[in-house]
Amino acid sequence: MKLRRLRAIAIKEILQIWRDPRSLMIALLLPFTQMFLLGYGVNLDLKHLPVCTFDREGSQLSQALLKHFQASQYFAIVRNVASYPQLVSAIDHATCGLAIVIPPDFSERLNETGTAPVQAILDGTDDNTANIAFGYAAAVVESYSADVQLNWLDRQGRQLQQIQPMSVQSRVWFNEDLESRNFIIPGLVAVIMALIGAQLTSLTISREWERGTMELLVSTPVRPIELMFGKLAPYLVLGWVDAAFCVGIATLWFGVPFQGTLLTLFLTTTLFLTVVLSLGYLLSVLIRSQVGASQIALLVTMMPTTLLSGYIFPIDQMPKFIRALTYLLYSRYFVTIIKAIFLKGSGISELMTPILFLIVYAVAVMCLAARALRKSLG
Amino acid sequence: MNAAAPIVSAKALTKRFAETAAVDGLSFTVNRGEIFGLVGPDGAGKTTTMRMLAGVLPPDTGSIVVDGIDVVSKPEEGKQHISYMPQRFGLYEDLTVDENIRFYADLFEVAAGVREERAQRLLTASGMSQFRSRLAGQLSGGMKQKLGLTCALVHTPKILLLDEPTTGVDPVSRRDFWRILYGLREQGVTILITTAYLDEAERCNRLALLHAGRILYCDTPVALKQRMPGALLVISSPAGRKVRAAIVGQAGVSNVILVGDGVHVVVDDPHTCIPELGDALQRAGVPFTGIVAGEPSIEDVFVSLLENTGKTQ
Ligand SMILES: Nc1ncnc2c1ncn2[C@@H]1O[C@H](COP(=O)(O)OP(=O)(O)O)[C@@H](O)[C@H]1O
Ligand SMILES: [Mg+2]
Repeated sequence: MKLRRLRAIAIKEILQIWRDPRSLMIALLLPFTQMFLLGYGVNLDLKHLPVCTFDREGSQLSQALLKHFQASQYFAIVRNVASYPQLVSAIDHATCGLAIVIPPDFSERLNETGTAPVQAILDGTDDNTANIAFGYAAAVVESYSADVQLNWLDRQGRQLQQIQPMSVQSRVWFNEDLESRNFIIPGLVAVIMALIGAQLTSLTISREWERGTMELLVSTPVRPIELMFGKLAPYLVLGWVDAAFCVGIATLWFGVPFQGTLLTLFLTTTLFLTVVLSLGYLLSVLIRSQVGASQIALLVTMMPTTLLSGYIFPIDQMPKFIRALTYLLYSRYFVTIIKAIFLKGSGISELMTPILFLIVYAVAVMCLAARALRKSLG
Repeated sequence: MNAAAPIVSAKALTKRFAETAAVDGLSFTVNRGEIFGLVGPDGAGKTTTMRMLAGVLPPDTGSIVVDGIDVVSKPEEGKQHISYMPQRFGLYEDLTVDENIRFYADLFEVAAGVREERAQRLLTASGMSQFRSRLAGQLSGGMKQKLGLTCALVHTPKILLLDEPTTGVDPVSRRDFWRILYGLREQGVTILITTAYLDEAERCNRLALLHAGRILYCDTPVALKQRMPGALLVISSPAGRKVRAAIVGQAGVSNVILVGDGVHVVVDDPHTCIPELGDALQRAGVPFTGIVAGEPSIEDVFVSLLENTGKTQ
């Protein structure tokens, strides 16, 4: 392998990427559109969650708000309590998953200042349900009046702690299920990286065929491996930028806490990018049309990654046969890795098994791609 | 290596695409330092032959040896010494002239100083030095071809394969192009060129006339002209088609070729034919200004040789 030829290919590819601002913009905007689209599109169904109410005012206005809850298919009011201890006990005994507290000055404040806070107390033991419930509660409140503010009280575990009121900007977004996002969004980063990565490189060789530059290229002494690394290198850099965008949106916009180290994230992301970029490149070698290659790339990345990687549907709840299939899917390993880094702060040593799987995958795909490229028109 | 031995030797090459035999048992040799022309109508198999020589298309059967290297079994070795310019423009339109040159220089590992010197010389020779930072896609057809040639020559190939390099190129650029080729021949580079322009074929040292994947004749232009059966008469007339209609089928006339200002007629014996043809034209009332014996061009030769082949087949 000659470094000089590899560099020549890389420089050429960079110039071409640079001179094609439209594709470059798409490559850089995809993380944004996909993160927002899929980040907000996450929709876990919740039906008839038991609700306790503590109406401290008992006015027409407050009852009207509670009727909205009753009317919603997501909630079922099971008890009306008359004191905080009763309410706390109802949550602690899991009689209800959500308690709504309407303050004694609800109507007054609504009439005077135009806004009034309402508290939502949630059973925090089940993150997912709590988050989704809060999102729907916020939606119900919003449908009642845009000016009622829903405050979140989290009730962690079974000990009686001091209840910490938490003010949440609940009126801005429908379906704002903050913490189930914490769980899903790191996996979503993996899904989007798989999608973008394979898309980026799926065009590289097919473009040479379509533009008629391949005939001249294969008549030079360039070796397939130089061509492959030369073409992958610039897209790896672009992939890093996209990954940084995704992680930035996950942490800064969706507020997902990041427990791990950036170095672990960088190394594992690079490994995963290597897998998906090589996969896209392999498709580009095999399919000589740009449209065809990119369609197939979409098919082999997006679908299995969404369904089988465990980013949203837990793998251990899948049928045995499907579960076995997921071991073949590269993104499954990265979903595991990135969730562990985000949520548990895992380091390289704890993630060795999925990392090894990814390394095997990367090497295998690159070997295939290097061999699949035949320097011939036949 | 023996300097007198041919630098290219192709034996019994065949290449089929589904039903068509694009190249059908082709054998020829090219001598060191000559300009060798492959001439033939569209679909004759010129491009297929060039691709096989360049090592980018494996032949079905047959052997190709270029400068002692078996290109069929070791195509990559040959690529170090061969420069191939495909019929379809193969450079990157979204790269500038300089960037394209640099790219190919790097692929052939040409030192930066050497590259700069060569690029300068070649671009000056083709009148392109002021376009070095222009995108290749924005060059005219002729300039694209000259850029292709520059890229092909930025390393030191022993053999240059040019597939219809001057098709669609303006006459001035064509002249530049040939001047560069003659210069290369002086430096000892062997050139294989295909062309659709038969006047260009005359500039080659040797020519192979290709038809339906086979070589009909392979010789110097002069020798090929001598092979033309009969002699050539030039009839000047503003109504070439009528002339042709009037004389086709006359005794002793074997071929009638339309040219810009009349027709070229291949005849067995010019002395008897000139008066006979004059009479025939007058009888038919076709206007003409003269009938004289002429020197056949390679086009006349080619057309008449092709037609004879058609008749014997
Ligand atoms: N890749 C191909 N697939 C199928 N047929 C081909 C291919 N390349 C060439 N041919 C056929 O082979 C014959 C010779 O083509 P070609 O070598 O391009 O001729 P030329 O360059 O002399 O015009 C033609 O009939 C052409 O249609
Ligand atoms: Mg051709």
